[in-house]
Amino acid sequence: MVRYTGAEVQRMEDPRLLTGHGRYVDDIHLPGMLHGAFLRSSHAHARIRSIDTSAALALPGVHAVFTQADLAVPDVAQSMNQLYPAPVIHQDITQHPMATDEVCYVGQTVALVAADSRAIAEDALVLIDVDYEPLPAVVDCRTALADDAPMAHIGSENNMAGQLKSAFGDIDGAFAKADHVFTGSFMQHRGGCHSMETRGVLARDEPYGEGLTIWSSTQCPYLVRRALATHLGEPEDRVRIIAPDVGGGFGPKAGFYPEEIVIPVAARQLGRPLKWIEDRREHFTATTGQRDQQWDLEVACDKDGKMLGLRGVVIHENGAYMPYGALLPFTSVTPLPGSYAIPALDVRLDIAFTNTTPTTPVRGAGRPYGIYAVERMVETIARELQIDPAEVRRRNFVRADQMPYETGAKLRDGMPVRYDSGDYHACQEKALELADYAGFKARQDAARTQGRYLGIGVSACIEDTGVGPYEGTTVKIEPSGKIMVRTGAASQGQGHHTMIAQIVSDQLGVQPEDIMFEAADTGKFPQGVGTIGSRVTANVGPSSFDAAGQVRETVLKLAAETLEAAEQDLELEDGEVRVAGAPDLKVTLGELALKLAPMSGGKIPAGFSPSLEATSYLGSSGSPVASGSNVAEVEVDIGTGEVRVLRYSVAHDCGNMINPMMVDGQIIGGVVHGIGNALFERMIYDEQGQPLTTNYGEYLLPLASEMPHIDIVHQETPSPLNPLGVKGAGEGGTIPAAPAIVAAIENALADFGVVIDYYPVDPQYLTELIDAAGAQAAE
Amino acid sequence: MADKREITVTINGQAQTAEVETRTNLADFLRHELELTGTHVGCEHGVCGACTVLVDGAAVRSCLMLAVQADGHEVTSVEGLAAADGTLHPVQEAFWKNHGLQCGFCTPGMVISVAAFLKDNPNPTEADVRSAISGNICRCTGYQGIVAAALEAAETMRQEG
Amino acid sequence: MKPGPFTYHDPTSVDDAVALLAGHEDVKLLAGGQSLMPMLNMRFVVPDHVIDLNGVADMSGIADTGDALAIGAMTRQCDLASSEIVAARAPILREALSFVGHFQTRNRGTIGGSLCHLDPAAEQPTVAAAYDAELTIVGPEGTREVAFAEWPLAYMMANLAPDELLTQIRFPYWQEAHGAAFVEFARRHGDFAIIGVAALLAVEDGKITRASVAVGGADVQPLRLADVETMLVGAAPGDAVFAEAGAMARKIDAMSDAYVTTQYRQRLAGVLVERALAQAASRATGGE
Ligand code: FES
Ligand code: FES
Repeated sequence: MVRYTGAEVQRMEDPRLLTGHGRYVDDIHLPGMLHGAFLRSSHAHARIRSIDTSAALALPGVHAVFTQADLAVPDVAQSMNQLYPAPVIHQDITQHPMATDEVCYVGQTVALVAADSRAIAEDALVLIDVDYEPLPAVVDCRTALADDAPMAHIGSENNMAGQLKSAFGDIDGAFAKADHVFTGSFMQHRGGCHSMETRGVLARDEPYGEGLTIWSSTQCPYLVRRALATHLGEPEDRVRIIAPDVGGGFGPKAGFYPEEIVIPVAARQLGRPLKWIEDRREHFTATTGQRDQQWDLEVACDKDGKMLGLRGVVIHENGAYMPYGALLPFTSVTPLPGSYAIPALDVRLDIAFTNTTPTTPVRGAGRPYGIYAVERMVETIARELQIDPAEVRRRNFVRADQMPYETGAKLRDGMPVRYDSGDYHACQEKALELADYAGFKARQDAARTQGRYLGIGVSACIEDTGVGPYEGTTVKIEPSGKIMVRTGAASQGQGHHTMIAQIVSDQLGVQPEDIMFEAADTGKFPQGVGTIGSRVTANVGPSSFDAAGQVRETVLKLAAETLEAAEQDLELEDGEVRVAGAPDLKVTLGELALKLAPMSGGKIPAGFSPSLEATSYLGSSGSPVASGSNVAEVEVDIGTGEVRVLRYSVAHDCGNMINPMMVDGQIIGGVVHGIGNALFERMIYDEQGQPLTTNYGEYLLPLASEMPHIDIVHQETPSPLNPLGVKGAGEGGTIPAAPAIVAAIENALADFGVVIDYYPVDPQYLTELIDAAGAQAAE
Repeated sequence: MADKREITVTINGQAQTAEVETRTNLADFLRHELELTGTHVGCEHGVCGACTVLVDGAAVRSCLMLAVQADGHEVTSVEGLAAADGTLHPVQEAFWKNHGLQCGFCTPGMVISVAAFLKDNPNPTEADVRSAISGNICRCTGYQGIVAAALEAAETMRQEG
Repeated sequence: MKPGPFTYHDPTSVDDAVALLAGHEDVKLLAGGQSLMPMLNMRFVVPDHVIDLNGVADMSGIADTGDALAIGAMTRQCDLASSEIVAARAPILREALSFVGHFQTRNRGTIGGSLCHLDPAAEQPTVAAAYDAELTIVGPEGTREVAFAEWPLAYMMANLAPDELLTQIRFPYWQEAHGAAFVEFARRHGDFAIIGVAALLAVEDGKITRASVAVGGADVQPLRLADVETMLVGAAPGDAVFAEAGAMARKIDAMSDAYVTTQYRQRLAGVLVERALAQAASRATGGE
């Protein structure tokens, strides 16, 4: 009797957020609280000769100025822990909480001022005198690994941070027997993620030795707890991390940042709560994001465009430090070869240090790069062999009858990449139909008679979601009859409360409104992982389903005893258990809860444990792989180079959907991120490593006025890996967007023979390509 | 010595008097002096629109106004939009129904902007709405739910007169 | 990102404002605040004094003086955009304003603020250039008039002494039957244009009798394309002549920066001049 799971339930979170009653880090005011501001490196690379904080300290309203040397952490010489150690890392360089004698990117933390107000703290920043000795900086990843490149770090012998490879099959054989070999060389740029809420940390050292409480706008409170406790040499239970309402995450809030150690330590030393809220200009350089990858690929195929092998080299711009291991590089190459059955692969990725803000995953992590690369090669085949791009895909897709399908690639942990379920052919047909792909030629021709250039582009993607190992849930029935649900999973807007309430209310026969929800507080739920990689529904979904299911069993067993009825005659509905056909024979959930929570002298019924609750850490047995096909239709103004997205169609398969409305929200939001990557967002550094785009006039985020209406159709191929049949949906919108847009632009400009080798495709670049093509034609 | 002024601002119908440093912007005044934290700050340079409030009925960026400039004026923030009995404003109701928000951070500015826009443009097209909210950045929703909400709210408000 | 400390002044009359200007050093005048406030917040400017003009009487308003549209410097963009007089007498000002920021910024932003800030790509200065607008400046010595051609002195620097104040802008009417258009190209709705073009064309008996073409964003200040205007006068409006105008505009002196090359600015100037002229001509002859 499923009532809520699968329904478009309006979100439980919304009334609060719509009326201004959310509680984000900066909304929290604690008595005696001071305000922090960071002095950040103004150099991309420099030696610090000295730091003089005396003038800043003398400013009225300033309570303290901290440099790394002033931080009383056990080992001040220590740089920050590697969150994800991996053997592929050659130079495991992480930064200190605040710089000691070298800064390696603009924005790196150098000193902290704590003052009565943020304004005063900023007044003091300009009074801190840092004597820098500027050093040469390396900025462009394409030249960073050359012998004559400047070193990103003093003392390094080269800028190779690490190297990894994804290879399987007989690659030489594939190329030897190919009818065609095509090459592709292109640069990909993804920007920061720019959640509308910046980062922020508020810390209080609790009196009476109760430990530290930290509110952080993080996606991963348990990771922050682990890292901070390790640095402090304290038990994890003495460090409580709370992620309150968080205004968007998308990846960059998933790490552990210098500010998350500096602010708590400074608060402890000051004996007062201390708050630091990142401002938007800081966010551009202090918050990690993604940046450049240079891809040089070769694809081998037969005369029909069937791919036989893919090989090549990638250079990954890492930024100055490796706070997040090699997750971004890994997720760039392990999804290869995407939706296609290609028997052989050999792709190497070199990780290059540069003197820029470190990179970590942004929505999709490396997957958008990897999928874009494969899709580019598919487009190349279609263009060269004059085959419809959708048809090339049909000829190469992994077939539904091959599921579960092992690509041959290996995951980070050495396990094989396995696609659990899906029907990529059917999914693409749905997208093509939604986009009226068949009718496009007529639209294009009609537009051309008016001098307008329309184009259509197709893309396909897979997305490994729901990485383990767990994300637990506790479901407890209160004596009031209300259900308390707790989980570690932090939400940055995804709607976890609603999703979990739907699952739990179906199990327990209550309304979603009866469910109270607490999440992302390490003081309230013992262990968790975090909200990354589209993993929550595929982990918390099963755990909440299972925990509620266990409670349901207990409820029925206890009710059967109480009502002296057989379990199979019981109905659980409207918060009570009834005996079928005997409406007066019933007991409420609250009454049952009370039976398991007696006070002094009471008795627990035999065979039951105290408290009507259960905790489950059930997740998915493997990574459910979602898939999708997108179709973009664009118009290019060949005068200005402007690209307008006229129509955008998505067919997506994330298995069973708990709340289709929220899935659509994830997809649409994700597509718009992808369009931002494809057309707008560009983080520009100059040759000295100075960031040039550090405000929202210069760094262009997608606005409503330029975004298309997005049509979505779902295919629901259940995942066999969890009892709900769900897969993650958080990134499947973003991953295929750039390749669809870029293909559509090329299609619009096919007469000019334009081939795009860089995104974001800005209009200036496009006019240069059009002009170059025109010049070539004239020759 | 910090330059300070005593100001009186009518906020959501209630006159509030406070002393502020003159360099304090209206957003920070609302958030940190009055602890009306519904108004959000996303950029502090006038682009994201998260801080949008009504001043004398007109939608403005509260990060681009000094609190002293609101002295003697009326300010409506997101907290003042719903009816006194808690009934949501039609724009809020429509956002809820149409999944016009995810993280909720852009939402107060978005809701205020849409409400102000619809007051002057009761019968907008989708394109009108998209251009009207182009001064408010949302990173979560891709705008589609917001556009749908604005169109639905317009209809509700037309019917309600 | 909070402003540095300053002393705030809120005069209520032009005389008071001028006296305050005379009495203080390192002053910033606060008009609508849509450009100054971000610069204060980011500490790009850290003045000792801020003089707020929002409470000054008699600095805003829109009047039809018979031969010109007279606009108080503190008139807000929203009021200009909704003004019947503007719609009737200088419709391209209204057209240009639809590209200026967003309705929330137009509710505060003023025309005088924009003309004093002089962002190279801003729309209002480009329209002022096309109209040969006249500006009234008040200072300790009294009042002086400046033609818009003499107004920009350098990159974002107006012909305004530290102790002076812009109080009024006049757009002289074209007496001839004419059409006008403002077109621009910006990456996104409401962004500063990369290139904006204001064009006015008077057409009589199938011939262009008067032309004004101003291009914003190409150089540090709006440029009038005198050669194009000369070429147009006497010609019959039509695709060929506008294409020629576009080709001439492609040779405009244009700057380059980290985002936009000279060549692209020139290309846009050409494309947009052609489009603006076509639209202006169509409107001159009763079309859209
Ligand atoms: S905070 Fe005011 S516009 Fe962004
Ligand atoms: S709902 Fe998150 S920014 Fe709009």
